[in-house]
Amino acid sequence: MIKLKKKTPIIDQHDKFGFYGNKFGGNYCAETMRKPIEDLSKLFEKLRKDRKFLKKRDHYFKHYLGGETPFFKLENLTRYLGGAQIWCKDVSAINGDAHKAYHATVNALICKESGKRYIAGDTGAGMFGKNLAMAAKKMNLKCKIFMGTKDISRQAPNVKFMRDAGAEVVPVNSGSKTLVDAVSECMRHYVSNCDNTHLAVGSAIGCNIFLKICAWSTSQISRELKKQLILEFGEIPKLKLINVIGGGSSALGFWNEFIDYDKKHVELIGVEAKYAAPLSTNAKVAILHGAAQYCLTDKEGQIAETRSLSAGLDYPGSSPLHGLLKDSGRARYTNASDKDALAAFKLITKLEDIRPSLEPAHAWSECIRLAPKLKKSDVLVVNNCGKGYKDKKIYIEELGYYPK
Amino acid sequence: MKNSINNAFKVAKKENRPALISYTVCGDNTKDKSLQILNSISRDLDIAEWGIPHNCPTADGKDIQNSSYRALQNGIRLNDIFKLVKRFKKTKPSKPIILMGYYQMIFNYGEKKFIQKCKVSGVDGLIVVDLSFPDNKNFAKLCKKNSICFVQLIAPTTTVKRMKEIIKNSHEMIYMISTISTTGSALKYSIKRIIKNYNAIKKIKPSKNVVIGFGITEKTISNLKSADGLVVGSAICREITRSLKDRQNPVTNVSKIVRKLKNKII
Repeated sequence: MIKLKKKTPIIDQHDKFGFYGNKFGGNYCAETMRKPIEDLSKLFEKLRKDRKFLKKRDHYFKHYLGGETPFFKLENLTRYLGGAQIWCKDVSAINGDAHKAYHATVNALICKESGKRYIAGDTGAGMFGKNLAMAAKKMNLKCKIFMGTKDISRQAPNVKFMRDAGAEVVPVNSGSKTLVDAVSECMRHYVSNCDNTHLAVGSAIGCNIFLKICAWSTSQISRELKKQLILEFGEIPKLKLINVIGGGSSALGFWNEFIDYDKKHVELIGVEAKYAAPLSTNAKVAILHGAAQYCLTDKEGQIAETRSLSAGLDYPGSSPLHGLLKDSGRARYTNASDKDALAAFKLITKLEDIRPSLEPAHAWSECIRLAPKLKKSDVLVVNNCGKGYKDKKIYIEELGYYPK
Repeated sequence: MKNSINNAFKVAKKENRPALISYTVCGDNTKDKSLQILNSISRDLDIAEWGIPHNCPTADGKDIQNSSYRALQNGIRLNDIFKLVKRFKKTKPSKPIILMGYYQMIFNYGEKKFIQKCKVSGVDGLIVVDLSFPDNKNFAKLCKKNSICFVQLIAPTTTVKRMKEIIKNSHEMIYMISTISTTGSALKYSIKRIIKNYNAIKKIKPSKNVVIGFGITEKTISNLKSADGLVVGSAICREITRSLKDRQNPVTNVSKIVRKLKNKII
């Protein structure tokens, strides 16, 4: 079993080749990309220690993204389920409607520092694309977003946001026409334009530096949560932190500050989409998009197609950092079906005022399943990492309505 | 056959021309057709590269993506590729063949098993697009042990310091990527700049065979004649696509193109 290092941020627990636990991650990329990613690594390592840069980041998080996102108890749901206390870290309240806002903003800031004028990113649900487009506009960068044509049609509201912000949305029509193909195409674009373009990979995936930047950016969520928990409980209570997993960027941000805690004290639970679930279905390790990771493949090693109602989860791979958390036994992973997620949305929106997107609806489903089995002293916190408006059409199609 | 790659360069040098190297995708558009194409063009080739199709290629342009897609649609598997290499080598034992692909295909098959299979089928060299230096050190060693040439790549973005290390760790052949791009796009740099990069590599170790690839077409090939070797890939794959679309025989069309390319460099 892989052992995690205490008091070392999880993103820094790699060897000199970028591998976590000798097994996950690495830099499987074309020679053309080596120098640009090495330059980016150096720049990032400098910036994360640079007080001026950190101040700038915090300034943007506070004034551009709206500051701390709320943390509150779902009284009705708790009462209804009659078990554990259910709390919501409502990351969807951020300007930008999802955790991707942190990641996109940091990438735009890094792009600025690097002196590059172009920024390119991939997107599935459109949350990263939308936030990157807005950050690029704010910082005067030219932005290209790569998106599968299937996702362009099912996440139309976010596509409109991107275009309105002045980004070019590049439709990707190859393969399954979803996120996996968008990431491939975006990486190809970078291979061809790495001299003037900054690559913003949309999740905690890709070559070492890209997943580091991503998880470093989203860790804002757990910094806030830790403070909010202490304010509310006077200590870190016995917790279960439930988060949906696509690539895994929101979970890494949600868990980052709690990784050193004993798992009996703070349990980390990741929820994948049932037919895009490499971590919870014992998939093999494969190389995808520059890194070794748990990934769905066929026998021949070709990357498998996935199926999920949720565009953000419709991805065969998973962050190498989740591979590390799984193999070290620190986090556990399960999955929920489209149906489970829809039922969770139905119940939550009936009882509470939040409107989760399809992605966090998967996490809510696990919360609803677990809560009745637990004691009142147990605290469940769900990262409500995306706003539901983007899935309004899908919810209406599937449920017949979208709540006010 | 040992050192057949070196021999191929020697023959070309004797004739005072660069070695001509093709890239096609194994199994495009069917297993047999791809072997027929390779057999037919090999009379004008010095070295043949055969692509192992993968469905998430992060460094290939549209043309090679299309070829890979067709091959996969027709059900090509790694074991088929080894069988086809064996068949090719049976009729052309001295023609070097290099397999080119993404590391996932090798990783999934198992490195050792993959190399063993290469050896018994007659593969002379390997190019692994996304296994760059220094991550490829162990794999390259394993290749060498089994008399397989591991082809290192050098890009326009590679620094001189890195270049020196890569060359030090290289085998008989080095692949120079002409321009910052995926396969098959137009040359972004002037011929002068490409030759300058090429000379920088040669200066470090004149005895290494350095080939130039990416963006080589009928139009550009004669300007780069001074290189040890030139790789044409996308232009050939494009011709296969066109032939299939026009319901023509890709074997004859591709052979014509390769003949034309050869004529431009002699």
